Amino acid sequence: MSVIYLLIPVSIFLAVLFFIAFVKAVRKGQFEDTYTPSVRMLFDDELKTSEDQNNPD
Amino acid sequence: MDTCYHCGQSVPAGEAIGHQGKTFCCAGCRTVYDIFADNNLTSYYTMESSPGQTPRDAGNRFDYLDSEEIAAKLLEFDDGETQVITLHIPQIHCSSCIWILENLNRLQPAVASARVNFPEKKLRVSYDSAKVSLKEIVHLLVSIGYEPNISLEDYGRKARSTDKSLIIKLGVAFFSFGNIMLLSFPEYFEVSEYWLDRYRNFFRLLIFLLALPSFFYSASGYYVAAWKSLKARILSIEVPIALGIVVMFVRSVVDMWFNHGPGFFDSMAGLIFFMLLGKTFQSKTYQFLSFERDYKSYFPVAVTRLVDGQEENVPVYEVAKGDRLLIRNQEIIPADGILMKGDGSIDYSFVTGESVPVAKSSGDKIFAGGRQTGQTIELEVLKSVSQSYLTSLWSQDAFAKSADSYANFTTVVSRYFTPALLFIACAGFAYWYAISAKTAFDVFTAVLIVACPCALALTGPFTLGNILRILGRHAFYLKDARVIEELAGADTIVFDKTGTLTMLSLANIEYSGVPLTNDYIALMQSVLRGSNHPLSRMLYGHLPKMAIRMPDAFEEVTGQGMEARFGQTVVRIGSAAFTGAEVPSGGFQTRVYVSFDGVPMGHYVISNQYRPGAAALMQKLASKYKLVVLSGDNEGEKAVLEQLMPAGTQLVFNQKPDQKLEFIKSLQQKGSRVVMMGDGLNDAGALMQSNAGIAISENVNVFSPACDAILDAGSFDKLADFMYLSKKAIFIMKMSFTLSLLYNVVGLSFAVSGTLDPIVAAIIMPLSTINIVSFVTVAGNWYARRLNQKNKSPKGISPAMTNVMFYGEAVQ
Repeated sequence: MSVIYLLIPVSIFLAVLFFIAFVKAVRKGQFEDTYTPSVRMLFDDELKTSEDQNNPD
Repeated sequence: MDTCYHCGQSVPAGEAIGHQGKTFCCAGCRTVYDIFADNNLTSYYTMESSPGQTPRDAGNRFDYLDSEEIAAKLLEFDDGETQVITLHIPQIHCSSCIWILENLNRLQPAVASARVNFPEKKLRVSYDSAKVSLKEIVHLLVSIGYEPNISLEDYGRKARSTDKSLIIKLGVAFFSFGNIMLLSFPEYFEVSEYWLDRYRNFFRLLIFLLALPSFFYSASGYYVAAWKSLKARILSIEVPIALGIVVMFVRSVVDMWFNHGPGFFDSMAGLIFFMLLGKTFQSKTYQFLSFERDYKSYFPVAVTRLVDGQEENVPVYEVAKGDRLLIRNQEIIPADGILMKGDGSIDYSFVTGESVPVAKSSGDKIFAGGRQTGQTIELEVLKSVSQSYLTSLWSQDAFAKSADSYANFTTVVSRYFTPALLFIACAGFAYWYAISAKTAFDVFTAVLIVACPCALALTGPFTLGNILRILGRHAFYLKDARVIEELAGADTIVFDKTGTLTMLSLANIEYSGVPLTNDYIALMQSVLRGSNHPLSRMLYGHLPKMAIRMPDAFEEVTGQGMEARFGQTVVRIGSAAFTGAEVPSGGFQTRVYVSFDGVPMGHYVISNQYRPGAAALMQKLASKYKLVVLSGDNEGEKAVLEQLMPAGTQLVFNQKPDQKLEFIKSLQQKGSRVVMMGDGLNDAGALMQSNAGIAISENVNVFSPACDAILDAGSFDKLADFMYLSKKAIFIMKMSFTLSLLYNVVGLSFAVSGTLDPIVAAIIMPLSTINIVSFVTVAGNWYARRLNQKNKSPKGISPAMTNVMFYGEAVQ
């Protein structure tokens, strides 16, 4: 059972990784404007098609 | 009837401009289309149909951006090569707008990046300053119909970073809470298995380590608040909370150290998490609104000064007495002055809510805050910007009022709760000390732990946060939760008249005089069409549609009226003197006179229209509140108001902005708690002085003075229900306090008898929390059902709604 000494720190380490990702997201302002990215996401495809028309290759 | 491919405005068939198989309403819209078509940006029109705005000519309105001194104050970042600026563009309203603005570099290659923040309607552009200037960027935006709104407010203000610490604290608290809970499970079951016993200390060490960030970082705000309130000799709710958290921590450390038990780290982490959650829930803010606007949001950054006949751009703050200013069409007058040259036609709708421009001629005094419409004028400054009639209002005491002086309901309760709690803890300690010192210590700490007013502290945030959201759904946006308590405690409601009780856009139009034949009406309409004066537009919209004839000659005399000739017939529309009619004596009405071939025919009376539902609303409010109408106008509408308002309503006329403020102050000195409702900058002082100032606005994105709450004009008739709901919010809080006190009694009975196990605390705490939160939410929605019945499809506060509202404004 002494594997628990390894498993629990590993699980907590994982949790800490996610926590750091969360703090980074907050710092970068991902929770400030929650609407525009949802629209912007749809533009990328659209942009490609209009560029394709310019360069048919 | 066609619609414009670019802006969607309907165009009479004869006037439409055909271009590449599309119809346009004007050359401006067609030009924008050409710009987009030339740059392969026509996807703009496929995402939304006719999303555009008619561009306005930039003229030389933005010349001041050439001045490096002024530009430096506006830029967010400048390293000599790259410049970054954030511009507020009120026209942003749909996904096409986002798309075109974010693809700005296809129109101007020197633009490195452009990012839209849709809820705040802001565009952040970074560009190569060697290749393009700020003025060119702004001109580009103007040319495609997205004119940025650059006001004095932006001057010298760097981008503010929003406080993200609360959400990070919440994240830390949740992290600690979740992991501690998992690690505490073996302790809850107290199974005396071999391996559990063996690893117990390892688990406890981990729990202790996980509790540290929560205790020292997440909860730090409570220690600060408690310390502050102790220093101010107030027993706020934070005091028992901070005390509870600290006692929990110390007791748990002691328990663990002496191996008495697992301690209360799980309850502590949970408590901190739930309370931060409540705080976050309550701090709902409406990003697309601004509650802090003052005259600075409307005043220009720079004006054109004439020095020895030369024009120069100077920052508004440098304007001094005696300067000569050049004010162009659509520019705001920044300081009180005397009109020296040109015909003024000043639109004071920002200030008074009155949409009809006031005519001024040479030698007249002009107050700051108006917008010149028509030709360019020159004026000599009498007072500097900050000392002008309107702006001096902001130096009044009311604007220095701090929000801290307010004692809310929770504070009042905790004033009794905290001493009682300390008394029970000490009494328990004294009683048990005679028996055992250890038990006495346990009881003392257990009382403080179990009675830690978690549920009590959560009641306020969750009740008010919920009501705040319900009101927001019905287009009544509050600055913060505090306003609900102010609304609930109010006993007097003061209304402004113009723009608040009356509507800006709609007016009652009545004709009196010689009856007009259809031919005459058709001629009048042809004349009115050529004028942009608001009265002309109102009248044009009022008259039945006829065949339009092109006049052979047309002339508009600012402040007087217009004259047009159709063959032999000369039509004059305008003031009494202009049309040769008898000038009325002492009339208060807005009239438009008509004459044909010099013969006065009659006049149209244009009177303000009161908001629909106003009379019914006033009747409803009158039974519970004292009503006052506080108007800046003369007594012309007195008779109408007396009819509209219930008996006993106080009507006060001829009030200057500072008199309005004094009036509110005098009401408050008599012990009234006043809700003020207004719309213009002239109400700003009264709104600020009142206990709760509500700004009513036709378009919540565009204009509202500083206030505590913004009410969408469409929800005006629901005001009585809003007031009722805020009263009920306090009632819900009282019930919820009773409920949480019951929990405390149960918890305390465990605590004083010295039998509080960590597991009991771990059960009572979340149970009471969930119970309280669900109770206040259900009760809040129950009382709000009245609102929902009237409005089957409640408006969401989604950006989609703001689009619709903005669009309505743009199209009108």
